[in-house]
Amino acid sequence: MYPDIPVLSILIFLPLVAAALLLPLRDDETVRRVSLAASLIGLAAGWPLIAFNPDAGFQFVERMTWVARWGLEYHLAVDGISILMVWLTLFTLPLCVLCSWTYIGKRVKEFHICLLLMTSACIGVFTSMDLVLFYVFWEAMLIPMYLLIAVWGGAERRYASIKFFLYTLAGSTLLLVAIVAFRIAGGTFSIPDLMQQTFGFRFQYWAFLAMALAFAIKVPMFPFHTWLPAAHVQAPSAGSVILAAVLLKMGTYGFLRFCLPLTPEASVHFAPLMIGVSVVSILYGGAVALGQTDIKKLVAYSSVAHMGFVTLGIFLFQKSGVQGALLQMLNHGIVTGALFMMIGAMYERSHSREVADNMGMGKYLPAFMFFWGLYALASFGFPGTNGFVGEVLVFVAAFQQSLTVGALIVPGALLAAAYMFRVSLRMAWGSPSTAKTWNDLNRREWAYLLLPAVLVLWIGLAPAPFLRLIDPSIDRLLADLRGRAPVKEAPLALNHADAVRHEPPAILASAAIAKEVRQ
Amino acid sequence: MNLDLALLVPECAMLLLVAVLFVQALSAGPASVAAHRWLPLGALVVLAASVVALPAEGMLLWDAYKVDGLSQFFKLCVAGGFCIAVLNATRQPTLEEGKRADYFLFLGVSAWGLMLLASSAELVTLYLALELSSYSLYVLIPLRGRTREGAEAGVKYILFGAAATAISLYGLSYIMAAHQTTYIAALAARDWSWAASPTAVVGLSLFLCGMFYKLALFPFHFWCPDVYQGSSNETAAYVATLPKLGAVVVLVRLAAVLHPGLEITTAIAWLGVISMTFGNLCALVQKDVKRMLGFSSVAHAGYVTVGLVSGTAEGLAAAAFYALVYVVMNLLCFWVVARVAVDGRNLVLSDLNGLHRRSPVLAFALGVGAFALVGLPPTAGFMGKLFLITAAWNHGYNWLVIALTLNSAIAIYYYLSLVRHAYTEPDENTSLPAPDQSAFSLGGAVALAAATLVLGIVPSPLFEKAVQAGMALFG
Repeated sequence: MYPDIPVLSILIFLPLVAAALLLPLRDDETVRRVSLAASLIGLAAGWPLIAFNPDAGFQFVERMTWVARWGLEYHLAVDGISILMVWLTLFTLPLCVLCSWTYIGKRVKEFHICLLLMTSACIGVFTSMDLVLFYVFWEAMLIPMYLLIAVWGGAERRYASIKFFLYTLAGSTLLLVAIVAFRIAGGTFSIPDLMQQTFGFRFQYWAFLAMALAFAIKVPMFPFHTWLPAAHVQAPSAGSVILAAVLLKMGTYGFLRFCLPLTPEASVHFAPLMIGVSVVSILYGGAVALGQTDIKKLVAYSSVAHMGFVTLGIFLFQKSGVQGALLQMLNHGIVTGALFMMIGAMYERSHSREVADNMGMGKYLPAFMFFWGLYALASFGFPGTNGFVGEVLVFVAAFQQSLTVGALIVPGALLAAAYMFRVSLRMAWGSPSTAKTWNDLNRREWAYLLLPAVLVLWIGLAPAPFLRLIDPSIDRLLADLRGRAPVKEAPLALNHADAVRHEPPAILASAAIAKEVRQ
Repeated sequence: MNLDLALLVPECAMLLLVAVLFVQALSAGPASVAAHRWLPLGALVVLAASVVALPAEGMLLWDAYKVDGLSQFFKLCVAGGFCIAVLNATRQPTLEEGKRADYFLFLGVSAWGLMLLASSAELVTLYLALELSSYSLYVLIPLRGRTREGAEAGVKYILFGAAATAISLYGLSYIMAAHQTTYIAALAARDWSWAASPTAVVGLSLFLCGMFYKLALFPFHFWCPDVYQGSSNETAAYVATLPKLGAVVVLVRLAAVLHPGLEITTAIAWLGVISMTFGNLCALVQKDVKRMLGFSSVAHAGYVTVGLVSGTAEGLAAAAFYALVYVVMNLLCFWVVARVAVDGRNLVLSDLNGLHRRSPVLAFALGVGAFALVGLPPTAGFMGKLFLITAAWNHGYNWLVIALTLNSAIAIYYYLSLVRHAYTEPDENTSLPAPDQSAFSLGGAVALAAATLVLGIVPSPLFEKAVQAGMALFG
């Protein structure tokens, strides 16, 4: 449809150009307007991606030699696994600009330059088909994120930013060794080419460990999660949004893009470990979130739990599990991003993130509480919201795989409801109310909260178009995996996964609940 | 004797420059003040001469002096580095007015020695060239006002240097005794295993000590942090960069005898690991910026060995490329240090606090330099590291590669603290003079930062040159 336009390159370089355009500007208001315009143009520039064909493999391919001597290439493409992430990144940028409009008061220009650089690097990560190019974007994104936290963050920003930087960079140093080892063993840095090859188990074993460490830190999985609450709490709103919405997805994306296709045998070998760690992440994240009085910290720990569902879904090697994982990646981006924006909006009113300082808003800020309620419901997977669809798919896969795993994560889902209700109830009706003099949402806030709300309900009520985008890629991924490694067939497979995408969510819910009851 | 001057254009240009400086240094008085005014132009002429001479090839002086791709590549690097070092030193606050011409004279002689070093294909020639470049440095280092630290650094450098040189010469005698030749080409054909000729292995090990001293590889690094700290910022910028380049070119030439698996190669790999780990760990606790950069260069010396021991043309090219990248990154960091410390003081980390406010451009340049030293993309430091480990993987020293990447993880902390102080710490220290914000200062910083980024994004053209040079060695 659009064969000659290098869409992906445009998406990567547009923010860079915009960042360069910001440099000579002096006026803060102009900077904000230009950034918003650039982010919207970026969104518009993604329009050709509508032509994405789910049944074809890698699309919108751009391939050029970069360093001939080592076979480095500038190689971009998207498939079903990455397309949603690219859209998510494109959607996140305008929201970030909007939610920082009044939140960021100092060094506005530099802030927006960092945001734009982040976006560029994130799109690069999700579209790179060359291992080194991927690594370049993967690492390059650290610098603007570090600055976002370190310069515009809260009181503990220095500690949090250094912890973030050290943790993530230290984790990915061995990833570079793995990348080089793939090149020497497989003769190329190209991911699609490497996917065609089979490596020895010993090689896979170490390569998997090196990659998994980097990805597990980024996700973050228990016990590598400690940087996340610190970073989230200290980061400015937009920083938290981009961190939650896009950055965390890079880890799980890495598992799907690298671990499963390149080291299938090792992935199966380590699956019990990964499942175990995921379950612990779900329970631990939920339990710790339950004890928080800082709302932002609560949402940060809830991220650990939610991302646990994603990694769990991936390593169950069931279709519905991977479907659920991919959807949950998207959902978590939308919902947690929105929650962080709301916390930012709240912080602008109360200058505190403590629950006790943000109580009783139901009467005075009804619109605010409506959106908060919606996103809170979506966050713990209430039927009708997007969180439900993703979570239930993972649940289906978990019960198919093993009753124990399924049973273990049910409390995780309950915990999510508990901590979200606990804090939301106090925010809505807690007394004494601290919100008497506050204004309800203004037009700008309406704008950036409405878009995620639409997506929450859209995915929640009609997930089929989204599943349609990702299904063929998942089928290929799993077929490929099954072809190379002995995956245990699910003992309880009820062919449920195929039913999922055609049925309305209510039926889905009853089916899933019935299933749980049966067991 | 064959002496084709056409092959020696860069050396001749440099010698001419030195001669003019010599004359100017003799004519004491106001005339000598002007040396720094014309010298950058002169350095540019040398640089141009090196570019012109890039394709030259030939053997001179009974085959002791080899003009090939490798030597011309390194001469170009030396000329470029010299150019920047001279520019950097033109506004040296701690240098007495009357000593300017002398200072630049010795700087020039040192660079000239390094150029000769790049072409030396015979051990005695190599030794002479090395000494030529070292002796001038012995004089340069104490030239910092009349400070105790400068004198101390000078004494340290000369004592360590003399000891290392003596050891080196001693080793040379063993090599000659064992193999009856000092031509590297002839030596490369001999068997260097311990079993075949222990004398030769001992000799080579001792001879290499001299090179490791220049490179500041553990355990010959003790002078490095002290000298950086004691000498003036501008002198340190030179000492930290170009002599390292000279050491690397010698090691690259000698690498022809260092096949992977030999005892001596493994020993070098071990020194590399110890050097990078030790350097990084020591750098973690430093407060003085130059001292920190000193330990960082000990670590970087370790990184370079990764390419040297791989025994392939790509490995040598990667080492050469990394050495060049290292020079650029360090010149960038030292440039910023020298511009921030306008009164020539030693900067401690907290002096960098709030640099982004005082001089956004310098702060940005420092950030680029620091991230390049860490090896973060998209800077040249990343490409250098990537090439090193890609070249070295599966050549018998995988543990060395893993050690290198783990070390990058250690190193992040202290390089990041440069950025951290410049960007996130509040600016409370008011005693510090305002940084140099002139067009010269900012232009130099931007140019070096741009070079660091460009080499990281399009490394191919330069790296191909390095590979051709490496190929030439393996013939």
